[in-house]
Amino acid sequence: MSAATVGVITFPGTNCDRDVLHAINRAAGRDAGLEAVSVWHEETDLSGIDAVVIPGGFSYGDYLRSGAIAALSPVMQAVRERACQGMPVLGICNGFQILLEAGLLPGAMRRNRTLRFICRPVTVRVERTDTPFTLLYGPGEVLELPIAHFEGNYFAWPDELDALERRGQVALRYCGPRGEDARVHDIYNPNGAAGAVAGLTNPEGNVLGLMPHPERASESLLGSRDGLRMWLSLGRWLAARREGRPAVATRAGGSADGR
Amino acid sequence: MARFTVFVHVMPRQGVLDPPGEATRSALQALGFPGVREVRIGRRIALDLEAQSREEALERARAMAERLLANPVIESFDVRAEEP
Repeated sequence: MSAATVGVITFPGTNCDRDVLHAINRAAGRDAGLEAVSVWHEETDLSGIDAVVIPGGFSYGDYLRSGAIAALSPVMQAVRERACQGMPVLGICNGFQILLEAGLLPGAMRRNRTLRFICRPVTVRVERTDTPFTLLYGPGEVLELPIAHFEGNYFAWPDELDALERRGQVALRYCGPRGEDARVHDIYNPNGAAGAVAGLTNPEGNVLGLMPHPERASESLLGSRDGLRMWLSLGRWLAARREGRPAVATRAGGSADGR
Repeated sequence: MARFTVFVHVMPRQGVLDPPGEATRSALQALGFPGVREVRIGRRIALDLEAQSREEALERARAMAERLLANPVIESFDVRAEEP
């Protein structure tokens, strides 16, 4: 069976694209059934691409607002069209900011409340296990993933945030090491994000934005492999869709990556 | 065609916590300036525009602000033109 193709987008200033390519092609490897390829930001044709990752970095130097310029690039127009047809799209860190600026996810990012660039591992709780990127995680599972950002202080107006919670759009939430909810235990909220949102999905579930970097936690050498199952989930989801069966959210247990 | 300088002022919307503004407020307080209840920090964008009229210049600047220069979720804006 041939691998599904994941397009990893590079904007001027993107700096995590090679890491994502490595995580998918080497760390996840053949197990994932994925082949990641580089896609330049001027690309307008995404035919042959089954899913897209918008990696982190500083697209366009964060000029004007993080992600604002990249959101208007030719490739994002194509991503928007395909996302509306159900293609899985993952935005990591600056990629999340780009998805917000492009209107593919609701809300906006403010500077971290500490006014510091934060670069450290955090713990997040998996709140949704039925998205293409999270189906191999357990409900409420606690992951250790690194964050590295200046603007991850998520904002949505209170009524909108309520609506997001009702629709279950908060896919990942900052938490303590034992899953303590950072909405209650503010000490576990690294940046001040409303609703302690670390990752957000669209109502359909195919677009996911998150501030933590799963590609930096896909190999034991890097201290955590908790991000690896994002790629394995995607591979399973795409394979299931290709075979015309639903990608069942099977709970695969602690060592679900099977490696 | 005339040239106009249009200033777009982009500000964090009322009710949206602005961390840089809040840090500046507490610094002002530490310096002993009393009574500063809130500081909000925005930006001023100067556009050098060619347009038929001042109204047209303002209208176009408004469209640019809505589309790109401000993020309507957390920012508000106003536009002002300077006579050529």
